[in-house]
Amino acid sequence: MENARGTVFKYGDNVDTDVIIPARYLNSSDPNELSTHCMEDIDKEFVSKVKKGDIIVAGKNFGCGSSREHAPISIKASGVSCVIAETFARIFYRNSINIGMPIIECPEASKEIEQGDDVEIDFNTGIIKDITKGTTYQGQSFPEFMQKIIDAGGLVNYINEK
Amino acid sequence: MGMTMTQKILADHASLDHVEAGQLIEADLDLVLGNDITSPVAIKEMDKMKVNGVFDKDKIALVPDHFVPNKDIKSAEHCKCVREFAIKNKITNYFEVGKMGIEHALLPEQGLTVAGDVIIGADSHTCTYGALGAFSTGVGSTDMAAGMATGKAWFKVPSAIRFNITGKPSKYVSGKDVILHIIGMIGVDGALYRSMEFTGDGIKNLSMDDRFTIANMAIEAGGKNGIFPVDDLTVEYMKEHSTRKYKIFEADPDAVYDEEYTIDLGKLEPTVAFPHLPENTKTIGETGEVKIDQVVIGSCTNGRIDDMRIAAEILKDRKVAEGVRCIIIPATQSIYLQCIKEGLSEIFINAGCVVSTPTCGPCLGGYMGVLAAGERCVSTTNRNFVGRMGHVDSEVYLSSPAVAAASAITGYIFDPRKI
Repeated sequence: MENARGTVFKYGDNVDTDVIIPARYLNSSDPNELSTHCMEDIDKEFVSKVKKGDIIVAGKNFGCGSSREHAPISIKASGVSCVIAETFARIFYRNSINIGMPIIECPEASKEIEQGDDVEIDFNTGIIKDITKGTTYQGQSFPEFMQKIIDAGGLVNYINEK
Repeated sequence: MGMTMTQKILADHASLDHVEAGQLIEADLDLVLGNDITSPVAIKEMDKMKVNGVFDKDKIALVPDHFVPNKDIKSAEHCKCVREFAIKNKITNYFEVGKMGIEHALLPEQGLTVAGDVIIGADSHTCTYGALGAFSTGVGSTDMAAGMATGKAWFKVPSAIRFNITGKPSKYVSGKDVILHIIGMIGVDGALYRSMEFTGDGIKNLSMDDRFTIANMAIEAGGKNGIFPVDDLTVEYMKEHSTRKYKIFEADPDAVYDEEYTIDLGKLEPTVAFPHLPENTKTIGETGEVKIDQVVIGSCTNGRIDDMRIAAEILKDRKVAEGVRCIIIPATQSIYLQCIKEGLSEIFINAGCVVSTPTCGPCLGGYMGVLAAGERCVSTTNRNFVGRMGHVDSEVYLSSPAVAAASAITGYIFDPRKI
């Protein structure tokens, strides 16, 4: 898997799926349409500022609430290359792996990395580099089984390849 | 080392003698559930799979309930997609408008969920069926697609927190107060990735509807599932609603728990979760004077017949306060009909409430009660996140049906025991 590199959008604890993609937009399941409302209820400027490759860094329990896969889908479709958090809510964690959107748990990186930092992630080693600050962090690696799903590009491809 | 109740069910469905927390397993599924929001995404994903149809047409439940009767053209397209998929794949348990109800109230009522089952649903509140002694958990659409295609799902075996329930709840203290109290105590990620296992001799004092409410909100503490032991009340419920064979699992006496809490039902007070997290709880005596604009009584959390009866008991021969809208949503057609038979609907309408056909509608800010900026709602639903029920500057206060009904009458968050 290629390294991710981009500018950081920083959020706090318990970012829920209702603010990631408000339910009023769930009458659509089109990734591009969903991406135009991504993070709308927590950060109105996100959609206009986000560039391909950018990275979201947040606190604990990221993606709590609804099981809507529309949440990681909208983040992925908006160009975000990875979400780093202290912890993820379990359904969001599963959904991200299943759709092939990279996520990493790393409490230290979650605390220290700030809004606007330039960050690079090596998915093979789990090493997160904050280039702006000159710091590095070791993200938690995935169990082998989940890594296989991620490498296949998601659960559908994994099942098809099996 | 002994296994928890959840671990035993998972081991059984993975054909293993023993599992341990953290172990990755593949389990056979007894039921795969989806609704009108999540199923269209799952159907699209299933189309990409090299499979020939669904694994078992009797073990899939499709329940359009979130935005039905169709709230707009796009929702109608989603429902059409689900309907066509159900017809094409001859899905036995597809519930059209007129037969549908809110999924987590409907499936147990229809006898589709019983003790010992492993159930996944593309809806976070799928954990509700733990009330019957089943392992059930919410997943996303891709998991639902894989489940429909293969009849299997992968799980990381969870560790557990044990809640020892003792005592008897006092008047107007219900399952909702129990679970809000627990979430207030352990936080919205207090049970992250883990099972919440309820035990203790106080459970016999909780009705099935109370237990459904408690298991339903396990996800609001981050839990993978919430689960109750099977007792006489559970068996009676299953016999009344289902012809399916059930299997009773019990935790081993030497099962290991990460944490243990004891909750004395007799000491609980009516409890309200303030904006914007379910963990921001206060007992009714601590709420202060909070003026409200709307009340919602319904949802997969509190739209069952017990909930309707309690609301009616309080609203009988009284009027909803001037300036307050009170929206009551029985969760299934059968509960709706029961409300009519028992005269509850008449009580609601005489009090000035609106009584709606089953829908998730306002709970997630879809329709049927969306809030404007600055408005406050007391709701028996399950989430009070920013913008959950409408405008980002609106507020949702989570409560039991008793508190919600009392608040509708006074126009303030109010103690039902003082009505």
